[in-house]
Amino acid sequence: MTDLAPVRLLDADGTVTGDGRYPMPPPDVLLERYRGLVRGKRLNEQASALVRQGRLAVYPSSRGQEACEVVAAAVLRPGDWLFPTYRDTVAIVERGVAPVEVLTLLRGEWHCGYDPVHHHVAPQATPLATQLPHAVGVAHAARLRGEDTVVLALCGDGATSEGDFHEALNFAAVFTAPVVFFVQNNKYAISVPLARQSAAPTLAHKGVGYGMPAVLVDGNDAAALTAVLGEAVGRAATGGGPTLVEADTYRIEAHTNADDAARYRTDAEVREWAERDPLRRLRAYLRAENALDDAREDAFAAEAEAVAARVRAALGEDRPVPTDELFAHVHATPTPQLAAQAALLRAELAAGEDAR
Amino acid sequence: MTTEPEKLTMAQALNTALRDAMTADESVVVFGEDVGPLGGVFRVTDGLTAAFGEQRCFDTPLAESGIVGMAIGMAMNGFRPVVEMQFDAFAYPAFEQITSHLAKMANRTRGRLRLPVVVRVPYAGGIGGVEHHCDSSEAYYAHTAGLTVLAPATNQDAYGLLRAAIGSPDPVIFLEPKKHYFAAEEVDLAAAVPPIGRAAVRRSGADATLIAYGPAVPVSLAAAELAATEGRDLGVVDLRSLVPFDDATVMAEVRRTGRAVVVAEAPGFASVASEVAARVAEQCFHHLEAPVRRVTGFDIPYPPPKLEHHHLPSVERVLDAVDDLQWEDA
Repeated sequence: MTDLAPVRLLDADGTVTGDGRYPMPPPDVLLERYRGLVRGKRLNEQASALVRQGRLAVYPSSRGQEACEVVAAAVLRPGDWLFPTYRDTVAIVERGVAPVEVLTLLRGEWHCGYDPVHHHVAPQATPLATQLPHAVGVAHAARLRGEDTVVLALCGDGATSEGDFHEALNFAAVFTAPVVFFVQNNKYAISVPLARQSAAPTLAHKGVGYGMPAVLVDGNDAAALTAVLGEAVGRAATGGGPTLVEADTYRIEAHTNADDAARYRTDAEVREWAERDPLRRLRAYLRAENALDDAREDAFAAEAEAVAARVRAALGEDRPVPTDELFAHVHATPTPQLAAQAALLRAELAAGEDAR
Repeated sequence: MTTEPEKLTMAQALNTALRDAMTADESVVVFGEDVGPLGGVFRVTDGLTAAFGEQRCFDTPLAESGIVGMAIGMAMNGFRPVVEMQFDAFAYPAFEQITSHLAKMANRTRGRLRLPVVVRVPYAGGIGGVEHHCDSSEAYYAHTAGLTVLAPATNQDAYGLLRAAIGSPDPVIFLEPKKHYFAAEEVDLAAAVPPIGRAAVRRSGADATLIAYGPAVPVSLAAAELAATEGRDLGVVDLRSLVPFDDATVMAEVRRTGRAVVVAEAPGFASVASEVAARVAEQCFHHLEAPVRRVTGFDIPYPPPKLEHHHLPSVERVLDAVDDLQWEDA
């Protein structure tokens, strides 16, 4: 049965802890994770600011969950697949997709702005848990071809209530599919708290019913996440099948800018979780290990600031959105009906320009 | 391989199409509920596991959303899955996967990720099936942009259109009229694979055009036979492809005859038949001698076996509608 205590290697203040179940990752690895956390936090802040400036329609921030985001991307090898949700912009960027391409969706220009096949990153899923059966399919396909590809599929606590969560985990276990199901339990599905999603002792306990290993991990501890997710990826890559990983974390921001979190949670609760910030504990540990000095901190901050500046610049300019694309991709060859509708819109637009 | 036409049931024609597609392309895989050793409840996948192995044709857990979702993932990663929904009404758990993902993925990704998935759906009634086994669910799929929706009426088309569907870069909902599964017809397996999106004129007529698809085609042909003995020359157009829709063939026939009746099993309200009637009215108005009529199922849940014959379009009901087409002005 799954352990009720989350795997933790670093306390909130950066002190080494743990019960020996997992080894501490080496400092150079954790230094890279910290660098990612700095970038991720800055990207979250920048994107939220762009919403306030009207440059993004909406931004579901992963502030507070950066360790989950960064480590989920970092444990994958070249060729592995990531299946993100709408809250996982940081994980997608950490997988190497340009932020401006990821933000195409939230900017309102198109639905998916990056090439999923090139990056091996699925389009961000908005209908909850629906991406999880796709992850199983990608993984099963790879396995049939004899490849050691691993698929890491992200979802939240609310998504575990959906039927597709159940179907995907069950299929993955039955087919021994190389999938790591990574649930970021951030305690709220918009406003609805975890207690209304599940009466299970932990979400990781659900793994028992599917016959797959499951681990509960401190989602604000990048060291523990690196160990736990790394082990799950390794097991999947070597034929050991799927793993369910539940990260105990917290959504520091509201669901989106359109949400009012004061209606369903207290400031005290948010403050308590802010004390368990993923950057602070990893920074304290790396400082104590002499792996992180002022020069490196400055360099990481400058790198994050440069990313933010590029995002600001790219999203600061309006650019025309091609209307022909409305019809171009629906079928490989547009149907006669769609061709006629595209011509109608072109004629309307041309007439409008003539009128001006 | 013989080039002579063979007598095959529709189930055998579909089975042959799957075999031939799996032989021609290693990326074609077949999965669903009971499709493995059993060969499917209608035996359409009979022998495929034995012939191609468990990796190419396999049973899944009993979960339709998972089946279509897994097919989407496998298509994302290089395969051409053909999945079976055991019955029309059992496909509804997969509806979200079909409408939100299968239909939209190519559009969402600007054509970078096309999903060559075929969802086979045994559909429609006339088999004495109990509740939830006889729905005509085509309107849901035809209304969803991004899906190709095929509805063969002949065993030749069952073979040819399934080959075309498996070869298509787009997701296809393949509607198999289950009433036809066990009726034998001549099938020419060497015939060219028909293009998707073309209707077929099954019978040329001078006086009025019956427009039908799937199980309504033989009913329409029977109605035309009977009408001929009464001196009325009816044509029959078999749509074959609901999406893309072949306006050209349908409108050419109706413009010639000036009269049209659309025949379909599904309830008529907000249906494919309604769409066809509206298109004919829009595009043929000045050629029409009478309003376009629809002969469809009633707007009721599919009836129990002892009452279904009242619901299904019959030869008599089709001919009554034809009689109604203002012949007094002719």
